[in-house]
Amino acid sequence: MNYLDFEKPIAELADQIEKQKQIAEKNKVDASQTILQLEDKLEQTRKEIYGNLTPWQRVQVSRHPDRPYTLAYINHITDGTFTELHGDRTVKDDKAMVGGFGSIDGRTVMFIGQQKGINLKMRQLRNFGMPNPEGYRKALRLMKLAEKFNKPIVTIIDTPGAFPGIEAEERGQGEAIARNLFEMTLLKVPVICIIIGEGASGGALGIGIGDRVLMLENTWYSVISPESCSSILWRSWDHKETAASALKLTPNDMLGNGLIDGIIKEPIGGAHTNQEETFCRVKKEILKNLTELDKLSSDARVIHRIEKFSNMGVVVE
Amino acid sequence: MSWFKRIRQGITTTTREKKETPEGLWYKCADCKHIAPAADNEANLWVCIKCGHHQRIGSEDYFSILFDEDEYQELFAKLKSGDPLSFTDTQPYKDRVESSMKKTKLKDAMKVAVGDIDGESVVVACMDFSFIGGSMGSVVGEKIARSIDYCIEHKLPLLIISKSGGARMMEAAYSLMQMAKTSAKLTQLSAAKLPFISLLTDPTTGGVTASFAMLGDLNISEPGALIGFAGPRVVKETIGKELPKGFQTSEFVLEHGFLDKIVERKDLKAFIAKMVRMLAK
Ligand SMILES: [Zn+2]
Repeated sequence: MNYLDFEKPIAELADQIEKQKQIAEKNKVDASQTILQLEDKLEQTRKEIYGNLTPWQRVQVSRHPDRPYTLAYINHITDGTFTELHGDRTVKDDKAMVGGFGSIDGRTVMFIGQQKGINLKMRQLRNFGMPNPEGYRKALRLMKLAEKFNKPIVTIIDTPGAFPGIEAEERGQGEAIARNLFEMTLLKVPVICIIIGEGASGGALGIGIGDRVLMLENTWYSVISPESCSSILWRSWDHKETAASALKLTPNDMLGNGLIDGIIKEPIGGAHTNQEETFCRVKKEILKNLTELDKLSSDARVIHRIEKFSNMGVVVE
Repeated sequence: MSWFKRIRQGITTTTREKKETPEGLWYKCADCKHIAPAADNEANLWVCIKCGHHQRIGSEDYFSILFDEDEYQELFAKLKSGDPLSFTDTQPYKDRVESSMKKTKLKDAMKVAVGDIDGESVVVACMDFSFIGGSMGSVVGEKIARSIDYCIEHKLPLLIISKSGGARMMEAAYSLMQMAKTSAKLTQLSAAKLPFISLLTDPTTGGVTASFAMLGDLNISEPGALIGFAGPRVVKETIGKELPKGFQTSEFVLEHGFLDKIVERKDLKAFIAKMVRMLAK
């Protein structure tokens, strides 16, 4: 288990529990009462800390090293039926973007999402979840495939941004994202987008145009990361906490401002503390929203999609 | 097809007052350092007489270059930025907007006008880099959305002239969603089969490149413009070495297949009118 700086009280209690267990075993004594009390205290502490997260702390939780990534969600939600499909048919297979069909309660769904790596080696292979243009083009190819066979699409968003490299520029990162925004608007099948970690800027939005855009409770979604915002506007990295607050990037802020459609609650202590439960909740939300979206004609869905995004923005006349 | 039909009736045209260039003012080319009288520089459409360097100019300058007799009607001129997040960094966003308005005499980073380009009626939405780095916030998004509605209503082609450092950070996710908004609206213009010409000028980066600027039926650019998704500084920091020469110039972007054509400023007016006519007939 990894702990974040503000989780220190939780870590200490977990440590105490572990020690009590060891002592009990070694000395063959019954410490169950003490352990139960400590566990109770740990739950309370967790509730307190997680009930009052600052925006910056929430950003930290969204990047928690133990947090589940896209493929973990897809594999659990599809009960192992997920079949990954590769390649953009033009340049290569982008490992930072995964996609394929999976079955969810007997229904075929196209899943697409950015994938972060689970260890150092995988992080490099996955390019830290930062897709190149071919990743966005693979995503679009798979969406079109789903549309052809009238299968709904679920995108899972978790990225620190689209990759800013030389090849990315050569192969038209801007065009690739722009094309997805345009084409996703017109998809005839239901589209649900779920932010499970980081929703950073155009790299997130590039698979983020949906009938329903949902955020897990401990995630963020904005035009820039708090760190980069701090470095540009304050010309120093020291204001990331202030920037995190100013950007109004939490699920509650985003929902309040009408920029997303819903929030999925996480288990207390974050998605990583009870992954099974988190996957169950996400699956339930997908099924619930699909049922609602099934009731609309494809034309109605497209019209609603255009209207929803067209209404975003605040101007004064 | 009738979108090229003149819609003169009901449009009151305004003539912009000619910029008074004080005598004795000189212009020094940022590229070759050639010094020329400001009046000559302007007469050459703000393109260096010696090396052809295309200088950054504003929306009114483009309008004067493109519209016949410098006549056009500005649309949605009253739109101003709200401050939906009460954003404050080193200064409140509200103050930043106020001082930008005072300094630039603009209301935001985009002006929209309708008028004739070599006899063809066109809606031109042009960004101003001088207003908070040409950043895209709600006003830019809304102006593009309304321009598209206007084009559909009056069956007119749309020209968007991009010049932007990217998103308006002080509008955070609202700014991000302008990418979604403008792209979604462009699907309607496309469904109406009305031409959309995207002119990317120096510089066009970030969220503007990753939305409407790259979605033209024709994507064109002026010579030597910086065009990219990530800014060159960010790319350089990422790869940790010097960038290749000519990286992210319009010539580079054309070579990699993302521009239809590079058009010199002096040829812009004729090119746009010609393409509008060709697409109509
Ligand atoms: Zn020069």
